[in-house]
Amino acid sequence: MPDQVGLELIAGQLATQIPGAVRQTTFFRNRATVEIAPAAVRGVLAQLRDEHGYRALMSVHGVDYYPEEPRLGVHYELLDMARVDRLTVKLRVPLAEPNVESVTPDWPTADHQEREVYDMFGVTFDGHPDLRRILMPEDYEGHPQRRDFPIGGEPVLFTYNDATSPGWTR
Amino acid sequence: MDEVSTRSRYRAREESITLSPLEEQIAAQRGGETTELLTLNIGPHHPATHGVLRLLVTLEGEIVRELKPIIGYVHTGIEKTAEQKAYWKVIPVVERMDYLSYYFNAMVFCGAVETLLECEVPKRAQYLRVIHLELNRIMSHLVWLGTSALDLGAISMFWYCFRERETILDLFEFSSGQRMHTRYFQVGGVIEDIPRGFEAKLREFIAIMPGRADQYADLLQRNEILLQRLRGVCPLDEETLLGLGVTGPLLRAAGNPWDLRKAAPYSSYEDFEFRIPVGTVGDNYDRFAVRLAEIYESVKIIEQALDGLPEGPYITEDRKVALPPRHELATSMEALIHHFKLVTEGFRVPPGEIYYAIESPRGELGCFVRSDGSSKPARVHMRDPSFVNLQATAPMVRGAYIADLIATLAMLDPILGGIDR
Amino acid sequence: MALTREPIEPGSFRARQLLARDLLRGDLEGLELERHVEQSILTTTLDRAVAWGRSNAIFPATFGLACCAIEMMSVVAARVDIARFGFEAFRASPRQADLLILSGRVSIKMAPVVRRIYDQMLEPKWAIAMGACSSSMGVFNNYAIVPADKFMPIDVHVPGCPPRPEALMHGILKLRKMIQDDPEMGWRQRYDAQGTEEVLQGSEPAGA
Repeated sequence: MPDQVGLELIAGQLATQIPGAVRQTTFFRNRATVEIAPAAVRGVLAQLRDEHGYRALMSVHGVDYYPEEPRLGVHYELLDMARVDRLTVKLRVPLAEPNVESVTPDWPTADHQEREVYDMFGVTFDGHPDLRRILMPEDYEGHPQRRDFPIGGEPVLFTYNDATSPGWTR
Repeated sequence: MDEVSTRSRYRAREESITLSPLEEQIAAQRGGETTELLTLNIGPHHPATHGVLRLLVTLEGEIVRELKPIIGYVHTGIEKTAEQKAYWKVIPVVERMDYLSYYFNAMVFCGAVETLLECEVPKRAQYLRVIHLELNRIMSHLVWLGTSALDLGAISMFWYCFRERETILDLFEFSSGQRMHTRYFQVGGVIEDIPRGFEAKLREFIAIMPGRADQYADLLQRNEILLQRLRGVCPLDEETLLGLGVTGPLLRAAGNPWDLRKAAPYSSYEDFEFRIPVGTVGDNYDRFAVRLAEIYESVKIIEQALDGLPEGPYITEDRKVALPPRHELATSMEALIHHFKLVTEGFRVPPGEIYYAIESPRGELGCFVRSDGSSKPARVHMRDPSFVNLQATAPMVRGAYIADLIATLAMLDPILGGIDR
Repeated sequence: MALTREPIEPGSFRARQLLARDLLRGDLEGLELERHVEQSILTTTLDRAVAWGRSNAIFPATFGLACCAIEMMSVVAARVDIARFGFEAFRASPRQADLLILSGRVSIKMAPVVRRIYDQMLEPKWAIAMGACSSSMGVFNNYAIVPADKFMPIDVHVPGCPPRPEALMHGILKLRKMIQDDPEMGWRQRYDAQGTEEVLQGSEPAGA
């Protein structure tokens, strides 16, 4: 991991190259995280790849920060294989406007992963070649992994609710 | 009833798919010669798709022109279920994700939570974890070998590999009581020390395993049919693989020796001496050979771990995280209170976010845990290697025959439980 | 009171009862004995013979969904050998299969597919829900999973997560015993599933 000083240097360089991009840096349990503005995601990732050597995007995943606003977050886990360095880039978008630019043209690995974030959280990725639901059925309504989506499930069958539970006809 | 109104939007969209752009592309490549493309649906119920994977292949004769995998047929909502359970109870839920490498799922989650808690795992527990992880790696590769050989037609390999698998599952049953999904790894260590006799049985196993792997190699490595089917088939270069985020034996087959056990060692892997098998061309044969060679290396690691197994506690002594031993409950009030708090509510994890990654038999398995200070995680995301590796299928099989598609799927080793979570 | 004699029709129940009584007493002889033995053994044993044949030659369908599929593969493997009982011919096509072993969790995307496969199977067909996830919701009681009872009739539930190969074997043998004893098994009545038989155009459903 880049240490605290390295993280600040990287954040500083990003801020000078792309003004307004960096919102916050966090160094927690020896891991570095940079929070950026959603509009700058492609530029920041390209910068990190070209200037700082984080050439591998390992994971794109979403987080729901309910009830804090902005509510939906997308995390990009970057890896520098040459120096064995990891860096997390995160951005947060509000529920009212969950649009993020897709990084799939630069990073082909983000294809299915962004579809999963869309499916589970509702974050739309502009510029994604094929943004459809990937895990849920195509015509499913709702985004299951949001915190306010109910967990669902069947009630446990006991004798008292045996007759009324669905699936048994009498 | 009106036919149109009963069709869902999904069906309407499916029927509106037209292949003309692709046909035109191929016609342009051939200088105007048109050809008819056939879209075939393979799966989700299909004997050769290693689980419920649906593939939409566009064929020109027998050659695959385009491939689209459709997943989600075994989506279980594991990540959402994990948000409803205490950290301790998440372990069995998360274990059932990638159902052939259950120890790895548990390890990555426990590792993430231990990092959040800043909890020390004792050395003995780390070595025990390594032993079980490598046994699981061997077992996963054996199942892969058996089912892949089955796909290619070498049916008797299935029985040989499962014979060894039964021995490994006996060992798992010995140490934890369960064959699969053992819940052996806990946050802070392992749930129980290995019983007497486990070491002897394990030594027996590691004495015979290299010989058995030699037998499999004899059967398959120079087999003419296997060579014809795998050699030079569907190679993919390192650059494309890295762009697609592929890790594990697929990347190592292409020549990149990236292995998290060596690059970023966790759980005492730096104490062991082992080599990383690396391929040259990146075709199906290299993927096969890399996994076969990894079995030998895992046996070496287990032997070293067993020889160097230190004495000590098998789980962290921190009573706020791990249950106190039962004999203390009779004498110590604090132990009783800790036990009660842990069992009813569970331990609380300080707020924060962490991404922890290990090397599973299929590649980099990562776990993202976000905790908000309570006893239940606020978000658990498992970065499954098969989910990312599946994206490499389409570039690999474009231009190959259907039979090569089946062989490539076998060599890719997708586990749908991990893909769909 | 006047006593009347009524002739007993040959072949009626009373006649057969009297024949059976004579047989037990040892009073039947010669041709009568032969004919009686022929008749009674044929009518009751034919069904049983067919049921015996069916139960010992079940073709399971290859239907592995998740973790339980690996234990189902172990049942086929050498230690717990399903071939001992004649069931090693796993058919990939549902048209040729008798038994659907639902091994693994059925997600909502997969449920219509499972139902379609089950409908494509020919009568008589049976289903085993292997594991906790397919019988009830198992470990995952959430939005994504459907218990198999909700959309298809199940004959045997095998609990476990995943059930040991021996447990699955026990479930399969239980099913085999059920088929041997009563091939009908009355599940259509139990599940009120009249009308779920596949009917070809222009022919009538059997027994409906």
